[in-house]
Amino acid sequence: MLLQVDNLVKTFGGIRAVDNLSFEIESGSIVSLVGPNGSGKTTVFNLITGFLKPDSGTILFNNTRISSKPPHSIARAGVGRTFQNIRLFSQLSVLDNIMLAFKYGTGENFFNGLFQTRNMKAKEGKSRKRAEELLHLIGLSEKMDVLAETLSHGNKKLLELARILALDPEIFLLDEPLSGLFPEKRVQMLNHLKELNRNGKTIILIEHDINVVMSIAKRIIVLGSGTKIACGSPEEIKANKNVLSAYLGKAIL
Amino acid sequence: MEYIVHILILSGIYMILTLSLNLMIGYTGLTALGHIAFAAIGAYTSSLLAINFGISPWIGLLAGAILASFLGLLVSYPALRQKGDYLALTTVGLGIIVYSVLKNWVALTRGPMGLNGIPPFTFFGYGGSNVFGYLVLVLFFVLLTLIVLRNITHSPFGRILKGIREDEIAASAMGKNVNKHKLIVLVAGAFFAGVAGCLYAHYITFIDPSSFTMMESITVLLMVVFGGMASLRGSIIGAAVLVIFPEMLRFLGMPTSVAAPLRQMIYGLLLVVLMLWRPQGLMGKFMFKKTL
Repeated sequence: MLLQVDNLVKTFGGIRAVDNLSFEIESGSIVSLVGPNGSGKTTVFNLITGFLKPDSGTILFNNTRISSKPPHSIARAGVGRTFQNIRLFSQLSVLDNIMLAFKYGTGENFFNGLFQTRNMKAKEGKSRKRAEELLHLIGLSEKMDVLAETLSHGNKKLLELARILALDPEIFLLDEPLSGLFPEKRVQMLNHLKELNRNGKTIILIEHDINVVMSIAKRIIVLGSGTKIACGSPEEIKANKNVLSAYLGKAIL
Repeated sequence: MEYIVHILILSGIYMILTLSLNLMIGYTGLTALGHIAFAAIGAYTSSLLAINFGISPWIGLLAGAILASFLGLLVSYPALRQKGDYLALTTVGLGIIVYSVLKNWVALTRGPMGLNGIPPFTFFGYGGSNVFGYLVLVLFFVLLTLIVLRNITHSPFGRILKGIREDEIAASAMGKNVNKHKLIVLVAGAFFAGVAGCLYAHYITFIDPSSFTMMESITVLLMVVFGGMASLRGSIIGAAVLVIFPEMLRFLGMPTSVAAPLRQMIYGLLLVVLMLWRPQGLMGKFMFKKTL
């Protein structure tokens, strides 16, 4: 198992945002996390990526416990995420946004910068080339030098994806990557996700559009009030009564 | 002529302060408002070493800068836990604490009487009262600061700093250790402020706590904002303009009781005009976002 979440609990004041949640993610799969608004999907992402500390429970990634590590070490270990409300480096160029995400190792060391070492320049040159390739792949080559904040909403979403591609994690936690996208851009984004998966990357996807979820995900986890109310293949979920009642309410008999 | 050189030396000292504050505020987004405290530590350290132990200002300069860096390290403790307005207030507090210590630790700093007779820098035995020689010395340190900061900011390291300024959360989601970077910036910024303080002390040869008040920190901040956030060239221009411009008042033949408040008024006016017409500063590459 690539990712194992065990009995995760997170409370905000009196609200149990995540309540005894357990699930496992297999390497190379696409799993979709669905649920009504406020069901704790984003909180689960924040817990996995270390931006929130769980009250109890453990998270194992590649059999290493990551639930007590700071966000940057979790990201370096191979867990990448995007944000529901896009978080770009607004006043940096599109190219810089991507170059910032690479793992430079020693190239980004203070002293390498101070003395402008050859090592740093070589790494910088390499990553610039790689960044240009990524921008080409994502279709933003022409916007390379503009500030990220000037991009359209759709392009911002694509840039956020490109940025996480630069980070090159093992598992991608994507928080509503399709929301607010023009149909053409949705198709483009979905193709990128499928391509990623073909290359062996694992994806956890938060998505509200149930058609998209059914078409792309191999497995679906349904959350309701912080607990797992259903889990299984798209067909199983469609037939599940709990899911229907969570979304539409229970029939009064 | 000596007067012009004197103004240039003062501009140079302010340039070092402005450049180092720009590294914190403009590049990294750390709203630090107690910058002069670092300069005060640098100034008092090398002055006391020189007066009490006869240690050469060259060594004193290094010692002062290093001690200022330690203060930077100390500030990092709250600074890594706070952001924006809270950090601004904490650093204002730092400025006030350092000022109060200097004023009240009479046994060490002679309190409000200040330290006089601080020996000037000497160049291989050549006398230090030569203002031209001192100008060269200050320009050397301005150049050094400029090169160091240019190298830092034009590197992957500098790009991470800008990323932290733009969005800390996104930066840590990209695997960057935000705290480590902030710490390095505080220490490096404090180091250069310490250098500036030391250059000031050995030039004026007299310091007292009133040289290092809150107002001075604000003046340096003003220079950063005026010249432009995240622009090294802007900091040079900002410091030069805001040192030289008020000096011109002297030639209007006004009594000091009028000229001093007028200086403050001109600063205020300049800032208002700038914020209306060019909020990012003269050469600025970055503007604080309106957060509503």
